[in-house]
Amino acid sequence: MIMHAIAHAVSSAGALSARHGPGFPPVDQDYLLQARQMQALSFVVHIPLVCFGIAFPVIILFTQWRYLRTGDHVYRLLAKRWSKVMIALLAVGVVTGTILSFQFGLLWPAFTASFGNVFGLGFALEGFSFFMEAIFSAIYVYGWGRMATLPHMLSGAVVCVTGMTGSFFVISVNAWMNHPSGFTVRDGRAVQAEPWSALFANSYFWHEFVHMYFAAFVVAGFVIAGAYAWGFLRGRRDRYHRTALVIALSIAAVAAPLQVAIGDWAAREVADHQPVKLAALEGLGRTTEGAPEHLGGWYTGGEVKYGIEVPKLLSLLAYHNPDARVQGLETVPPDGRPPVNVVRYAFQAMVGIGTLLALIGVFYLYVRFRRRRLPETPWFYRALIVAGPLSVVALEAGWTATEVGRQPWVVYQVMRTGQAVTGARGVPVGLWTLVVVYLALAGAVAWLLYRFSRVPLEADARQAAPAGPQEGKGRHAR
Amino acid sequence: MLAELPIVFVLIGIAAYTVLAGADFGAGVWTLLPGGGKAGAAATRAHAHHAMGPVWEANHVWLIFVLVVTWTAYPVAFASITSTLVIPLFAAAVGIILRGTAYALRGTLDAAPGSRPVDDVFALSSVLTPFAMGAVAGGIASRRVPTGNAAGDLVTSWLNPTSILVGVLAVAVSAYLAAVYLAADARRLGEQDLEHDFRTRALVTGVVTGAIAIAGLFVARADARPLWDGLTGGAGLVMAVVSAAAGLATFLLVGRNRFDEARASAALAVAALVAGWAAAQRPYFLRDLTVKQAAAGRETLAAVVISVLAGAVILLPSLFLLFRLFLRGQLAGDGPEGPDVPAAPVEHRSKALGAFTVVCLVLGLVLTVVVGDGWALLAGVVLLCATAVSGSLLAVVSAEESGG
Repeated sequence: MIMHAIAHAVSSAGALSARHGPGFPPVDQDYLLQARQMQALSFVVHIPLVCFGIAFPVIILFTQWRYLRTGDHVYRLLAKRWSKVMIALLAVGVVTGTILSFQFGLLWPAFTASFGNVFGLGFALEGFSFFMEAIFSAIYVYGWGRMATLPHMLSGAVVCVTGMTGSFFVISVNAWMNHPSGFTVRDGRAVQAEPWSALFANSYFWHEFVHMYFAAFVVAGFVIAGAYAWGFLRGRRDRYHRTALVIALSIAAVAAPLQVAIGDWAAREVADHQPVKLAALEGLGRTTEGAPEHLGGWYTGGEVKYGIEVPKLLSLLAYHNPDARVQGLETVPPDGRPPVNVVRYAFQAMVGIGTLLALIGVFYLYVRFRRRRLPETPWFYRALIVAGPLSVVALEAGWTATEVGRQPWVVYQVMRTGQAVTGARGVPVGLWTLVVVYLALAGAVAWLLYRFSRVPLEADARQAAPAGPQEGKGRHAR
Repeated sequence: MLAELPIVFVLIGIAAYTVLAGADFGAGVWTLLPGGGKAGAAATRAHAHHAMGPVWEANHVWLIFVLVVTWTAYPVAFASITSTLVIPLFAAAVGIILRGTAYALRGTLDAAPGSRPVDDVFALSSVLTPFAMGAVAGGIASRRVPTGNAAGDLVTSWLNPTSILVGVLAVAVSAYLAAVYLAADARRLGEQDLEHDFRTRALVTGVVTGAIAIAGLFVARADARPLWDGLTGGAGLVMAVVSAAAGLATFLLVGRNRFDEARASAALAVAALVAGWAAAQRPYFLRDLTVKQAAAGRETLAAVVISVLAGAVILLPSLFLLFRLFLRGQLAGDGPEGPDVPAAPVEHRSKALGAFTVVCLVLGLVLTVVVGDGWALLAGVVLLCATAVSGSLLAVVSAEESGG
């Protein structure tokens, strides 16, 4: 199996470098690293917004549903206020997502030229998904107090579903890049492409999707809960703020411990399909039976130094067998290995933070169900404030582990990232421009969220009563 | 036949993007030039902003549609275009980020202090993006993009007479469309001053746009002879005439204050222009690549066509709903929300829900982690998802019962 994979890798790479399709031979690009950083930067900016695109509509619709069940106006007020934040974040997500699709052409034209016929369909479907999400979130948010309950909630439900399908289609492409199939390579390009089976009959897909879907709720839940925990410590503990905290925190607290089990599944899939990535996650230089796991430390000269060794843990985690044989990095030539320390630290950061978040979640649920109240210690709320940003770090670290762990391949064991890059000059200029633009974007979003938090509750509460006849008309109706 | 079907979708997407997003860009242009009318500058800006409302995101997605269909169905052509025309495309991308951000800032929180620089960023990026997109179109139309990875000249591919002209034309068309739409909106709102101003602006930009378009023909003749030949013969000529006639009709309709009809004919003028460009270039996609040569394999093309048609079945009614709601300035069932409160206190079934959650959790963990393979794994993951749903519900409901 492993030897087959390596042979496949060598022959495919050979095929790509020996004969090239008309027009798209690999080019000399002095700034491959900068091109990769530019792509990574756009992902780093976009992915937290994706979490809100997936989870926030569900959280809001859940809150609105609680209002309908209980008649408690606090729920309605919350759902309405949150939906305004949702549409602002969606707007930012739309533009950052557009930049990513531009970069497929601007940075990796040879990848798109050679394999667009295989993976492109996923983005075409995602485009429709996105379209529906944009349409119905506009209808939902502007429909407060202007639409009957049923069509209003239905349009919200469409946003929830399209948030899910959108990530479904995008991750189908990522899963294909990690575990490609459904094509033959000829003259350096994919021919006889079978896009449906390549994207949607991929055994490597489901764990990525479920892991990301749970991550969305962990991130959105902890970030929102962190914001209200901040208020909590400053004395904002009325029913409105308590309810907001309980909803966001309950969702995150349930998702975070479950994510541990989903992550375990994901690790086993990586072990099965991408043994070299697994070796990089741990820094396993040599193929070992009963392989240990190291906490911390630094990978150098084929082993992890200065780390805390836990015997047999890697074999246990990857194969659920303490004596299992784990493939080492030495099985592929040095230029076929990912940068071990980056991948390793990203993975450890994700696992470490994930464990911490799971513990916070379990603690909260224990107090919630045993004592029937919220935790009282201020340290819990301080931890929540930190948990918000930390959950984003874990998200980014997880994607770093899987995407840098895929290197040096853009299409795993078929096309190298260096073969995919643009021949255009000036990549560093683009990188720095984008850094400045994204900093402005981050500042704008921070300011926006701050402003939202300052809108007095009464302003929305007044409109919480059924709309008067004049509200439906005039400019603000749009 | 199959090879040319996706390019038809792409052209429809380009036309829709030009008409719909173009009007949004144009509204941004008018926030830059709000003076000179009866209505005050602040009122004009506010009107231009509000007119876009929440529709711009949906309008913007047409661009994504164009990109993804092109790279799936014509991957080599897409990659050649994006790698050679990297500079204007990157400029457009930056413009899109700035514009979206400024819109989110400006549109969501009205009249906040310090909104002036935000307005300026919004307005300038509204000019930058259509210009850059027009320059891209000009580079392709004047055959300056060869097949290959950044194989064309990175500068002259977009810094040339045709590109500049099409870029300027794109900005002018955007401003024109926006002026027509904003006049119609102003009338619907009963804002007579604004209606008068935007009517005047529409008439002036209509003349300017027409002049640029005519000048463009002569620029094409000098700079891009094949394009000129295509536009002065056969289907290209027909489309050019249709576009000119629709443009003239729009002008006359605005002059007679018939804005809604003017909207339709303006959209037709743009669509005919896009179709004329396509007809003039046919069968070539790039200067050395025909549409047929650029097309992906049968399976991919069929997948694209099926997806687009199936997507259209869902999308078009949704778009229709959105525009009906927002063009009329009202939403379905306009008025108070339906039956507001289920007055009866809800009886919670926390115990049953708790038992369900625990069973799902235990079974899910056993199947996912301990068995961890095949159908058991699938069932385990489904059970863990169910645990997540019922667990979250339980945590919130128990808070309701214990009074927050």
